[in-house]
Amino acid sequence: MKRINRRNVIGMLGIAPLAAGSIAGASTGNSNPEGSSSREMIRDRYFPNVVLTTHEGKKVRFYDDLLKDKIVVINMMYADCEGVCPGITANLVKVQKALENRIGRDIFMYSITLKPEQDSPKALKEYAKMHGVKPGWAFLTGDPKDIETLRRKLGFTNPDKELDKDKSQHIGMVRYGNEPLTRWAACPGMANASWIVESVLFMDWPKTSKPDGENAARSGEKGAKK
Amino acid sequence: MAYISKINRKREREALEAQKNRRELIAAQLNRRDLMKMGLLTSAGYLIPVKGLSARPLNTAGYFDDNTCQSPATSAFTEAFTPQEVKFPETNPLTPTPTIAPNNAAGEGRTRNHQVVTSPFPPTKQYRIVQQAALKSVHAGLPLQTLWTFDGKSPGPLYIARYGEPILVRNVNNLPANNGGFGINQVSTHLHNGHTPSESDGFPCDYFPNPQNPLIANATFYDHYYPNVLAGFNSTHAPNGDINESMSSLWYHDHRVDFTAQNVYKGLAGMYNLYNNFDTGDETTGFRLPGVPNATTGVPDFDVNMLFADRCFDNNGLLFFDLFNLDGILGDKFLVNGKIQPTMHVSPRRYRFRWLDGGPSRFYQFFLTDLTNLNAHNMFWQISTDGNLIPFPVNVESVRLGVAERADVIIDFAQYAGKTLYLENRLEQDDGRGPTGNVLGPNQGDKIMKIVVDGPAVADNSVNPATNPHYYDLPSTAGTQRVTRTFKFERGNGQWQINGKFFDCNQIRFKVQRDSIEHWVLQNSSGGWQHPIHIHFEEFQTLLINGQPPNNNPLVKVGRKDVFRLEHNTEAKLFFRFRDFLGRYPMHCHNTIHEDHAMMLRFDIETVGDTKQNP
Repeated sequence: MKRINRRNVIGMLGIAPLAAGSIAGASTGNSNPEGSSSREMIRDRYFPNVVLTTHEGKKVRFYDDLLKDKIVVINMMYADCEGVCPGITANLVKVQKALENRIGRDIFMYSITLKPEQDSPKALKEYAKMHGVKPGWAFLTGDPKDIETLRRKLGFTNPDKELDKDKSQHIGMVRYGNEPLTRWAACPGMANASWIVESVLFMDWPKTSKPDGENAARSGEKGAKK
Repeated sequence: MAYISKINRKREREALEAQKNRRELIAAQLNRRDLMKMGLLTSAGYLIPVKGLSARPLNTAGYFDDNTCQSPATSAFTEAFTPQEVKFPETNPLTPTPTIAPNNAAGEGRTRNHQVVTSPFPPTKQYRIVQQAALKSVHAGLPLQTLWTFDGKSPGPLYIARYGEPILVRNVNNLPANNGGFGINQVSTHLHNGHTPSESDGFPCDYFPNPQNPLIANATFYDHYYPNVLAGFNSTHAPNGDINESMSSLWYHDHRVDFTAQNVYKGLAGMYNLYNNFDTGDETTGFRLPGVPNATTGVPDFDVNMLFADRCFDNNGLLFFDLFNLDGILGDKFLVNGKIQPTMHVSPRRYRFRWLDGGPSRFYQFFLTDLTNLNAHNMFWQISTDGNLIPFPVNVESVRLGVAERADVIIDFAQYAGKTLYLENRLEQDDGRGPTGNVLGPNQGDKIMKIVVDGPAVADNSVNPATNPHYYDLPSTAGTQRVTRTFKFERGNGQWQINGKFFDCNQIRFKVQRDSIEHWVLQNSSGGWQHPIHIHFEEFQTLLINGQPPNNNPLVKVGRKDVFRLEHNTEAKLFFRFRDFLGRYPMHCHNTIHEDHAMMLRFDIETVGDTKQNP
């Protein structure tokens, strides 16, 4: 390739690899405009706002309705899973019990099915009932394509492609996070239930600020400038 | 033989083309205004992910969907190498005065009494260090980054400590609630391989403030007491300890449970050199290792600490952490002491470099590459494993480091006067699982740092390692073990585990009896994953690797260590002698992503231990 200088770089734009799909990245929201907050960056990268259906048959948007302004606990499962799922669900039932005065108020639990083709809202409702799940914990199904997008975005994937296809080997981690505070982590679903509870409470609101996150973020910024 | 599909070949061509284009753009030295006019820049001023520049359209935030990183382009070797700045002690005693019992009323985050070694307490040498956010430049071509720092520095300032001089470090937490996308403003600072009592060790669950513990829910500081004593001082080698347990190159980093990767990635790490009457910091005395005292900088000249870290930057050029990655994260920018691919100028003489792999997930194998003679074997001397001097210098062509491993090396630049060398990482690693096992050819790896041997000729009074100087002997591994424990490191349903169990701060997996010998067997039966396993508090020696005693060819494996690089399908037997202090410590994988996802366990050293073999 000839050397590039100020004059001929324009010409270079005509070369196929540069021309094809050029600037697409900048205009489709792939590149984050300057000044977008880390909260928006995380939303854009990890939280597609897909429509899901709860085990109560309610249509919800993943980001707008399930994550925004909340502390959340997220795992993936399917109703007829005989591997790690029953243990993890039983663990999460203990978590819900331990946090009963918070779950459904500011902490929400979500279990997303890995088999949306067979896990209808009705099937998930039965599953929830069977495990003694209380309000504040939604079992979610949806369009298989959307579920797969969510699975990838949320990192419930295995780098080994063969293992990744094997649903019985699915990722048993439980994600927990505080959406407005941009605090996210994960722990094994098979860990002690008391440890999962302690971990979820890592996400708790700072005692001094209201749980709208904005206050917390603003007071934090002042701290950062010190 | 790998099958390369047509699509892959096309991609490969595009990638090559893109690489060429990027290089050409950089070579043309176009300024931002030029590129913006040409539509090749974002409003923030960075190369946009145009097809042909990046080969693949970006997902968002500098990472592709397959978790590979593509940071904005930065020029190589334009940043100056920055030595780590020394931390100086306070000139006045700390207020409030440090106490043996935790001073929770005054805002201390400690929960257990200091195990004091020497009187009086507190020691006269006292430090105050503040963890705080600060704007730092990692490269002139990227915007300033809001990093989390010690005293406004990342890496944090370098402690210069001496055996026999206990110190007290008051660690103040001024980190902001606003984490800028990742990190948590609760900390537990670990002094990595210090012979340190548990309450000062930086145990992962000793973070402060801890909102779940009313005593320390609003704590603002934590006093760490580092006695700087040799192992055995209170047991096998009373009262001064075993000189053969001397350590030289330690480091400190945040260890907050489940958030270590995020907080350290954000900047919370630094180094700690420990000297004594043999490793003196003065090349005219003791072992005569390279080093000339410098009262101004506080660190000996020609004795240089280097903290290596790989990072990813988003489309706006800001530090990016892949929050939802469970496997390990790799950056495509290589920082040495906080600068991307710096250039160092050296004099034609011997230097001691103290190398540290600061993580989060990358392994390195460092070679010295001379681009004008790629066939040359540029040898140097390795003198330590994990910062502990080995009995004799070993002449090596490369050093391999897993996360948290250290190596002290001596490089004689006299033989390279007038030349330029590159510190090149030739260990192939494609994802967070660990290196593939392949070592690339010269100039096929990543050149991390440029070293130009153009400094003035200066005196060199250090000992030539070729004369086979003797450092410390290895402590004896004779004696019967009280118990042999086996630990299997594995992954099941994406959950990192040790012997099928997960970390829990409150679960003591086994109890080690103080002043006893144990053998530990570490197992990794995976051909895909590697785990750098770190055991707090006591150094180990490797007795067997896959049934064979370790050797030093081609990589140095004989020495005292605190991280065992558990490579593919490996079983290792390690020798420990737990001495002197009591309390809780962890063993964990130091791929900090694995560590934060429960590949860790807690053991307690008590006066009476148990004999669980698969705890």
